Amino acid sequence: MLEVQHLSKTYGSGEAAVRVVDDLTFTVKEGEFVCIVGPSGCGKTTLLKMISGLMPATSGEASFDGELIAGVPETLALVFQEYTRSLLPWLTVSENIALPIKKKHKREDCERLTREALHAVGLDSFSDHYPWQLSGGMQQRVAIARALAYHPKVLLMDEPFASVDAQTRSDLEDLMLGLRAQFGITVVLVTHDIDESVYLADRVVVLGPSPTRVVEIVDINLPQPRDQITTKELHEFANLRGHVMRLIKQRVDSRNGAATLS
Amino acid sequence: MGGLTVRAMLLRMINGASLQVREPATSVAPVNAIRRVPTWALQWSAAAGTLAIVEVLSRSGVLTEHIPPPTAVIGALADAVSNLAVWSRIADTMMSWAGGLLIAITVGVPTGMLIGSSQRVYGSLRLVIEFLRPIPPIAVLPLAVLLYGSGIQMKIYLVAFSAFWIVLFQTLYGVRDVDPVARDTVRAYGLKRSDQFRRVVLPSAAFYIATGLRLAAAVGLIVTIATELIVGSSGIGYAINQERFAGNAAAMYALVVIAGLIGVAVGAGLRVLERRVLHWHSAHRKGENS
Repeated sequence: MLEVQHLSKTYGSGEAAVRVVDDLTFTVKEGEFVCIVGPSGCGKTTLLKMISGLMPATSGEASFDGELIAGVPETLALVFQEYTRSLLPWLTVSENIALPIKKKHKREDCERLTREALHAVGLDSFSDHYPWQLSGGMQQRVAIARALAYHPKVLLMDEPFASVDAQTRSDLEDLMLGLRAQFGITVVLVTHDIDESVYLADRVVVLGPSPTRVVEIVDINLPQPRDQITTKELHEFANLRGHVMRLIKQRVDSRNGAATLS
Repeated sequence: MGGLTVRAMLLRMINGASLQVREPATSVAPVNAIRRVPTWALQWSAAAGTLAIVEVLSRSGVLTEHIPPPTAVIGALADAVSNLAVWSRIADTMMSWAGGLLIAITVGVPTGMLIGSSQRVYGSLRLVIEFLRPIPPIAVLPLAVLLYGSGIQMKIYLVAFSAFWIVLFQTLYGVRDVDPVARDTVRAYGLKRSDQFRRVVLPSAAFYIATGLRLAAAVGLIVTIATELIVGSSGIGYAINQERFAGNAAAMYALVVIAGLIGVAVGAGLRVLERRVLHWHSAHRKGENS
């Protein structure tokens, strides 16, 4: 359903041009959980911004259900890393969730969708709080609820758990797996955390250092439902994790080596 | 404990430093007692102390006759407050000040939003704005008198002129300082441009605009009274000049105190309003999770 073909992005022009994304091709099927993992600074966020239509690509194309993504598609929802900045502090939790769907639905439907989304992330009793009255993990839950209430065909997440503590992080990872199992949503999650990508994904798209290319697309055939302890104890998990890590390390090392030589 | 501290503070105010001299044996205790005195109490006693010193210096003739003792000023203040003519002067000042501010806001806020929301418009107008802004409002006074005579219209024009730039710039900064993540979020969720503006840009800019309002109010009051002093149009500034000519130093200072009190009251009022409207802002939050 989501197809990315030869997508590239160059910032600036002429001498000062910096090619951040070189050539990316991958597809995401309906109902899939795809993690995009790569070394820091490899243009992961740039990729997500191009897919979500927030930023035009230099060349190549991203299409959604066969339609080229030119502007912002109506069927995508975004969850950012910076929940404090992506939730509007002047709106309450439920107002934040309702904001994107207000103009699309009748008032009762909007209220129902908001209530359901809050229930799905376990924040039923916090609808009248302001986001800044909640903990970081709870704020990110609100951002996830906002995306759920939007009923997107694809949920794009940009390093969504990079700013919360380790315990909250694994809670939120399991929340995402649960929501996916419950609602069958398609998720594309960008992360720099290899463990996280292997634990969550059906497939992991491994990116090389900037200018970014797809190094390999790794199928993750770990049994479902996944569990923070038993899944991570599996021999298969360690193998996949090692494989992805090796792929990234090799690319980074070879680039650094080239840089020292030149 | 609060009562005790206040009592200790009052004792200290009455007895002054002598209290400490009389208690050398418990030298640690008074130090702790002072630490326990709340800040506001220290502030008020400092103010009272300053007034007392001026009183003594004035009465003993150390200061010139132009600086009357504070008690005389307080007396004159009581007279002024019960005088209807003084109230009408205050009304004149307040009206031109409020009128000018109102114009500055109704013109400045939309203009700032318009200019600020487009990089190209902002870029092309920057030079003009940067040139016009630093002109001291009082320097335009002759022009204002030429255009509007010496009445209330002229004062309104000057206040509007001086406040406009402050409101304009604060609005400009506010509109341009919208968090890019918040902007991306509502864009990605497909909010219409008009909704993006109403839901994100406007509330983001509100804090800047509120600050601009407070600054503009303070500057506007200064300009109003300065204009009244210079041109002689009716208001507190003019009344101050009259008392000066009449040689009533105490009455003159009473009017100065009134002008100061108006400034304080307006500032405090605006701050209360801001805390109410912008209760969600990080500067005013209650019950924030840290």
